[in-house]
Amino acid sequence: MATLITPLSGWGRYPVQTCELERPERYADLRPAAASMIARGQGRSYGDAALNEGGRVLLTERVNRMLDFDAERGILRAEAGTTLAEILAVIVPRGWFLPVTPGTKFVSLGGCVAADVHGKNHHHDGSFGDHVVALELILADGSRVTCSPSERPELFRATVGGMGLTGIIGEVTLKLAPVQSAQMMVRHHAAGNLEQLFNLLEDPDSDDRYTVAWIDCLARGQQLGRGVAMCGHHAALEELPAGSGNAFSARPGRSRNVPFDFPAWVLNPLSIAAFNAFYFRHEGKKRQPFLTGYDAYFYPLDSIAQWNRMYGKRGFVQYQCVVPDAMAFEGIRALLMELSGSRRASFLAVLKRLGAQGGGMLSFPMAGYTLALDIPVRDNSLFALLNRLDEIVIRYGGRVYLAKDARLSADAFRAMYPRYGEFMEIKKSVDPQNRFSSSLSRRLGIGGNAR
Amino acid sequence: MSEPVLILGATSAIARATAAAFAARGHDLYLASRDLEELRRIAADIHLRHGVEVRYGSFDAEATDTHAEFLQTVIAEMKGLSGVVLAFGYLGDQIAARDFSAGAKIIAANFTGAASILSHCANYFEPLQRGFIIGISSVAGDRGRQSNYVYGAAKGALSLYLQGLRNRLYSSGVRVITVKPGFVDTAMTYGLPGLFLVASPQVIGERIARAPGKSADVLYLPWFWRYIMLIIRHIPEPIFKRLKL
Repeated sequence: MATLITPLSGWGRYPVQTCELERPERYADLRPAAASMIARGQGRSYGDAALNEGGRVLLTERVNRMLDFDAERGILRAEAGTTLAEILAVIVPRGWFLPVTPGTKFVSLGGCVAADVHGKNHHHDGSFGDHVVALELILADGSRVTCSPSERPELFRATVGGMGLTGIIGEVTLKLAPVQSAQMMVRHHAAGNLEQLFNLLEDPDSDDRYTVAWIDCLARGQQLGRGVAMCGHHAALEELPAGSGNAFSARPGRSRNVPFDFPAWVLNPLSIAAFNAFYFRHEGKKRQPFLTGYDAYFYPLDSIAQWNRMYGKRGFVQYQCVVPDAMAFEGIRALLMELSGSRRASFLAVLKRLGAQGGGMLSFPMAGYTLALDIPVRDNSLFALLNRLDEIVIRYGGRVYLAKDARLSADAFRAMYPRYGEFMEIKKSVDPQNRFSSSLSRRLGIGGNAR
Repeated sequence: MSEPVLILGATSAIARATAAAFAARGHDLYLASRDLEELRRIAADIHLRHGVEVRYGSFDAEATDTHAEFLQTVIAEMKGLSGVVLAFGYLGDQIAARDFSAGAKIIAANFTGAASILSHCANYFEPLQRGFIIGISSVAGDRGRQSNYVYGAAKGALSLYLQGLRNRLYSSGVRVITVKPGFVDTAMTYGLPGLFLVASPQVIGERIARAPGKSADVLYLPWFWRYIMLIIRHIPEPIFKRLKL
């Protein structure tokens, strides 16, 4: 099959590496390569998870057929290249929704499994892998195997969150969640500081099925950690205004585009501080519940195509970590203090509660609080700051999310992912020659020595 | 609406996009190719996304003696057809220029097989006094070039065949439309150097599904290829023969 050798990056546009791309259109052409290979769906992981410098990258974007949908039981089987956007277009009009969704719908099913993604409902519903009924996996020897929580359960738990390193995910069978409408009932609560914000997230009265908090991470001192908790659930029929017609009709929003790379000076501490102050006041005012379409609630950034170009040519890194429940407040406060002390602006900072850890051996979520930051790459002092954040995370027993990562060290990875040894046993049994590897796996020393 | 459409060679990226565009307009579909495993996947997908009935079956362009029976089966299963899209094609390898056994396969797949099934389709639509036949040819058929003239010759022959068929069926009210895609982002072109203005299969499929409702007989896709080919066809042969094309 013809291949294309080209510079490639993840959604953060850092790093950029030369890879050899292969783009099959037939299911039978999802096959391991003779040498190193990693599957790539929509390339929405931020760092180097779907890069393979000097090796093969298997694009699954054309292997995106939905194969079976049981509209009675809400069970969908589709090829791994299918995007969540394509799935939503089919299932929402029939009364179903994704059981778990990340903050963009332009991701592939295979990517959702490989990164074991979570959403704003993790504290109630767990991660994506918790709703996967079965997977078809194409192994290093070319064989196709089914794995599920009951069939080859170890391989299943190594593959969910396994960053594509156990094989090529070919098909995914997913259990969906029933909904009564395409609308969300949402309520915002403003918090003047981190303590208030934690109280909001913990309080069952303000918490909802989906809860997430935006943080103004330039606020310091008394206002450190001020933010807005945004809580919502799928609107029930009786919550819709009378005579609103078809409950499942969601008008597609207008899509805008960032047509060029913003110059570096556009996002600076002053402009971000001004935006954050505006956003805090504007969003914090929405104390009364209001209805909004699911796109606006779950995927606000999807309406701006290529928003990653806002961060300029050098790209950005997203730093997402979790701190376990016991010391969550102290840990998050220490991270925010380190960040605001550096006066390095993060355009987007998000705080969420996570529920219990699932089965995935390399899965990110664990019971605690997760903080996500987008930080533009300007100079190398950023990486020193992130290393200091890693130390704080490790000290509090947390971990960094691999799907977002572009720079974690192999030692830090092992300190954060104690089930690594268990994962490696399965990996060695199905892929003894380490054929499935990526720039991320080599950087973290998964399946071999770290570079 | 059902108005079933038969897609021949339904597993290519252009064919899949064309089938989806017809399904989005409410047409039931019959998908045909040699690869039943792929057809099963594509058929299930189009049915789920668009709600139309999608059937599929095995079709081998080169097995011309099976074509009459194949078409009868499709017509019986779909209770009639409103149109046919001939989407199969085989690029082959330029070694075909020096080795006729390889060249013969290119001609058999792109022209002989096409002429065979199209003759049966034409005989079906002619007495009905309605329907459409869309043949996907190629801009490569507009002028012979050293880099792919066996493929180009087969596609050029197909274009001529469609032209004659259009002339024959005009009085019966059957539309015959020749589609000539330029560079399209498919498995056939992936990774090839020197491509420009590459169109997505979705854009091409959408235009093809729109064609029966429009008046054009020969459709270059995207539209600017009409002008690119106009220039290429008009380069004088004494100059053209010296070019490395």
